[in-house]
Amino acid sequence: MRLCVQHLTKEFTGTRGERIQALSDISLDIEPKEFICLLGPSGCGKTTLLRIIGGLEKATSGCIAINSHHVSGPDPMMAMIFQEYSLFPWRTIRDNIAFGLEIRNIPREEREKAVKTYLSLVGLTEFADSYPYELSGGMRQRVAVARALAINPGILLMDEPFGALDAQTRNMMQRELLDIWEKTKKTIIFVTHSVDEAVFLADRIVVLTPRPGTIRDIIPIDLPRPRDRTSEDFLRIRRFVLSLIDETMAKREDL
Amino acid sequence: MRWYTKLILPIILIFVWEVLAILIGNEFILPRIESVIEVLFRPLANIFGQGSLVENSAVSIFRVLLGFLIGLLAAIPLGIFMGRSDAVEEFVDPVIQVLRPIPPIAWLPLALAWFKIGLAGIIFIIFIGAFFPVLINTIDGVKRVSRTWIETACTFGAKEAQLLSKVVVPAAMPDIWTGLRVGFGIAWMSVVAAEMLPGTTSGLGFLILFGLNIGQLQVTIAGMIVIGLIGLGIDYLMKRVEMRYFSWKGLEK
Repeated sequence: MRLCVQHLTKEFTGTRGERIQALSDISLDIEPKEFICLLGPSGCGKTTLLRIIGGLEKATSGCIAINSHHVSGPDPMMAMIFQEYSLFPWRTIRDNIAFGLEIRNIPREEREKAVKTYLSLVGLTEFADSYPYELSGGMRQRVAVARALAINPGILLMDEPFGALDAQTRNMMQRELLDIWEKTKKTIIFVTHSVDEAVFLADRIVVLTPRPGTIRDIIPIDLPRPRDRTSEDFLRIRRFVLSLIDETMAKREDL
Repeated sequence: MRWYTKLILPIILIFVWEVLAILIGNEFILPRIESVIEVLFRPLANIFGQGSLVENSAVSIFRVLLGFLIGLLAAIPLGIFMGRSDAVEEFVDPVIQVLRPIPPIAWLPLALAWFKIGLAGIIFIIFIGAFFPVLINTIDGVKRVSRTWIETACTFGAKEAQLLSKVVVPAAMPDIWTGLRVGFGIAWMSVVAAEMLPGTTSGLGFLILFGLNIGQLQVTIAGMIVIGLIGLGIDYLMKRVEMRYFSWKGLEK
């Protein structure tokens, strides 16, 4: 599924009535089955960009298209995974995963089949009847991934999904996400502020600069997977991306 | 706390009561415990031609349930509406804020003027008592629904009706239930007060006032104890439901 972002601009009105430009002239072509990381310091508008793609916010100007059909509002071809606490605590894991299918009035039998499939994909079959508060943070995010996958979207939008996890769990989740991505071949747009995470995951890293958010650079990562965080190449790319971000931060401090 | 420590104070109070009753020696001021127990232990006996404890309890419970039901049927939808829409809330809230501090009993004169003597006036008072706590808690609960839950549902393409039935109402339900518990408590107090309206001839509120009027205070005290026990019992049941179904609240993080 090809996603096309053209000349996207987003302005807010600040608390004192002033215009704040959050995103300025963002253009981006995302290939089918591509893993894209949106990377940048906080305040660069990466989450805003993701939310506009996901239909949760409106762009001030510009447009978004999936396979050349125009997107305005939440699109059935996309599913969003939030940073945390997005599971419904009154629903069991099983019913959480079935949620998107319920919204689409998919019959019960099909829902149950999909729940089974995606529960086993994220390795949580034995927790089907547990409640979210009985699961660890990492497990809850796996449920969120399963819930998103259950509606069989072409594109997964992920907003710092592992940002609240501890380092070990985070690394494990990154590996699992790559596994799932290999198996399901979704297009993934992944927001993060961690350079390490972006270099480990992405086919291409989109580096954003803050206020107004613009694309500083798009860096293809050609390293074969699974990637070794301690390899020369990994560290070289990591250093390069870091220097880009430091540069944008330095510019900002000059202002 | 060990279970028997909870019994110490009630036993002392009962003892003091009995001693005072004997010292005063006047059943028109403070009847002795035995005479109250005699009334309580014969719940089916007709009390001076005014029906039994059980009959009068049933009348009061029926009234409170009816008024409470009407109250929540009005308050919950309005509360959801106000919680979802800032415009609606701004429009309605000032009126709510002015009416809310007026105690249900203060509506008694109007209840008499509008509905005369009878069931409708009593139901009206109970309705007033139940309405506001349920409304306020519903608004609060709906407004506190996590934005992430709502956005999650939106990204799955949920329409407003689905958003309400699958996210907003279940998420706000613990708060709504708290409103129902508080509302029922006030409704129960209101029914007893409303049954003291002139012309009422049944219900626990009537019975305890009747006890005074015929100089049988043991009937009054027995009625008060029944009122307390029924209120306690219903609150206990509602708390059990809360623990059973809404225990996720507070654990969601």
